[in-house]
Amino acid sequence: MGAAGSDFKVLAQTAAIAITLPRMSSPIRLLLAALLALGLSGCGSPADRTVVVEFWAMGQEGEQVKALLPEFERRHPGLRVRVQQIPWSAAHEKLLTAYAGDTMPDLFQLGNTWIPEFVALRAVEPLDSRLRAWPADALTDYFPGILATNRLDGQTYALPWYVDTRLFFYRTDLLAAAGFAEPPTTWEGWLQAMTRLKALAGSERHAILLPINEWQLPVILALQRGATLLRDRGQYGHFQDPRFREAFQFYLGLFEQGLAPPVGNTQMANLYREFANGAFAIYVSGPWNIGEFGRRLPAAVQPHWNTAPLPNFADFSSVGRGANTPALRATPPWQEGEQDGHEVGASLAGGASLALGRTSPRREAAWRLLEFLAEPKQQARFYQLTGDLPARQSAWTDPALADNRYAQAFRRQLQHVRATPAIPEWERIANKLAYHAERAIRRQVSVDEALAALDRDVDHILEKRRWLLSRGLPP
Amino acid sequence: MTGRERHAALSAGIFLAPALLPIAVFFFLPVLAALLLSFTDFDIYALGDLNRLRFVGFANYLQLLQSPLFWTALGNTFYFVLVGGPLSVAISLGAALLVNSRLTRFPSLFRTAFFLPVVTTLVAVAVVWRYLYHPRYGLLNYGLSWLGIEPIDWLGDPDWAMPAIILMAVWKNFGFNMIIFIAGLQNIPPQLYEAARIDGASAWRQFRHITLPLLGPTFLFVALMTMIGYFQMFAEPYVMTQGGPANRTLSVVLLMYEEGFRWWNMGYASAAAFVLFVLILAGTVLQLKLRGGERS
Repeated sequence: MGAAGSDFKVLAQTAAIAITLPRMSSPIRLLLAALLALGLSGCGSPADRTVVVEFWAMGQEGEQVKALLPEFERRHPGLRVRVQQIPWSAAHEKLLTAYAGDTMPDLFQLGNTWIPEFVALRAVEPLDSRLRAWPADALTDYFPGILATNRLDGQTYALPWYVDTRLFFYRTDLLAAAGFAEPPTTWEGWLQAMTRLKALAGSERHAILLPINEWQLPVILALQRGATLLRDRGQYGHFQDPRFREAFQFYLGLFEQGLAPPVGNTQMANLYREFANGAFAIYVSGPWNIGEFGRRLPAAVQPHWNTAPLPNFADFSSVGRGANTPALRATPPWQEGEQDGHEVGASLAGGASLALGRTSPRREAAWRLLEFLAEPKQQARFYQLTGDLPARQSAWTDPALADNRYAQAFRRQLQHVRATPAIPEWERIANKLAYHAERAIRRQVSVDEALAALDRDVDHILEKRRWLLSRGLPP
Repeated sequence: MTGRERHAALSAGIFLAPALLPIAVFFFLPVLAALLLSFTDFDIYALGDLNRLRFVGFANYLQLLQSPLFWTALGNTFYFVLVGGPLSVAISLGAALLVNSRLTRFPSLFRTAFFLPVVTTLVAVAVVWRYLYHPRYGLLNYGLSWLGIEPIDWLGDPDWAMPAIILMAVWKNFGFNMIIFIAGLQNIPPQLYEAARIDGASAWRQFRHITLPLLGPTFLFVALMTMIGYFQMFAEPYVMTQGGPANRTLSVVLLMYEEGFRWWNMGYASAAAFVLFVLILAGTVLQLKLRGGERS
């Protein structure tokens, strides 16, 4: 309908409304009618042509992504994007509630560990048929370990938006003072470094901060060791397995030897100040802290920190609770000068993905937006806006990222990432793991008791899954 | 029922409907739904497909009673109610007496100042208290060091976390009860005190034989409201400790929230809610019985 046509529509509506309005003095009646008619046509006519894509994104991503959208809307004149920004702390609940209330957005961001859950809910649209139209090298451009977390049973349910993994953040000056000009490349080396750091730091300070309410490090060590965490198609816990046990004991040993303080992260009033004044020299964390450290550490400390990939725990030889002095190799590798001879150990394949709502009538438009956000150029721009590391490797050639010295360790680490078990119950299991680990750290239970109790709890969590599988119902 | 009575009932119904209808729809219906939910294993799988829902009878309740975590949470909640509740009531009464005293200058200033924490956002309060409790830079430990006391890791030490939460909760909440106590105190006829003074009664005897008995109904109200509120302890540990360290500040409502909205175990969480409801009901009946017995 042309401009003249829509003017006529407004006029006709004004007349119709003016007649039906109750008796008021006629000028007011006309005015009201005209306003109402304009309002009606406002909802009516442009919506005939424009499709509005409802896009939910979390935290600062939801804020910053808006800067990319004018370009998208310019390229697709018929499409408009409405971004709904959701705080991370409420995001999971909000998506589930939206699903329960049948008000899912067309496109949404989700943590990649949530994907199995939303697949179980049948809330996300498989993307494979659409991905067939992509050039062959586009999917291989993604970090393979990260892309794998978006696939379940051979189907791709989401595409990585940005990536996340964990590795060492450390104080270069403190490590150098302990005799390590370069970061170690084995766990033996890091253990030695931590022991020396602790000896230099005294009783008030510690070598490494490992918040005891986090489950990541014991899981990383166990995955490096080859532990499967669960057994029988994810139907039972497998935490009394020797490989998990060795990783768990090594982790507990860090607290037992006083290298790490037994504190949770709610107790850290200001982590950055503690890192700056040397309360700990090493911290295992993710890419968001590149930006945070850059902003929050005082200028004097800025030249004295860096990142390093995790070493591999697969060939670590001596573990045991109560071992005061770790048995080291005859010649520690860092003295042999083989800094790069050791492979990087696996870390967690984290990150956030983008998925299409399965019941959305605007999936086609939402897919256009997803494709746009997946372009290497937009990925690089998004990195500049947020500091989130791009999921596509070609975006890493962008000078802003290629020149960031803290990001290089992440790039190496991202080639070595492994996923946690892809079942909806994983976060609950991880939470139980942290709970039992904390009890073991506080010596309320022995290692055997902690792992047996963990297996018991996990078997209980997985009861429903076993029931579904035994009934032949897809979990 | 005569025609006239029926007419009266009808008009009463019409006038009550605007109030009753929302209560029925937004309160009784959800409560009924939650009760039904507590007999099922409603979870993330059932949310996706109702064929995956099982009716489990009392299994959630049995599982709850067998779960060590629930007993930990229940123990913590009772700790909070039994220590924090009386402490809160005692401090409110003390503050009310002080503010209401004839010797106090600027009573309205103090009344406002003591009431301020009640209307302050808990999250903001928690941030400030987290700094006060900081083991190294905290004001509290700084003050204790003047007395020669070793620093305490308030929120990190499993034994100190609950006292720390109680201290903050009491500070945050006592102002509300204080206002109610002040209202109760001002309702006591001044002639009674005059008569007692003429008879030579000491301040303590005046308090014991006039103030306390005449505050009886106020006391009952304050004690009941405090107990019900403290049983539902949630926000303080949620923002301060998230139930840690080692679950020493995990409350029943926090457990319910975690199970229900974090892990989406709606059946299990509903069962926890009804167990808490029964406990609060029992506590209320017990208090009413005790006070009723006292009065007769």
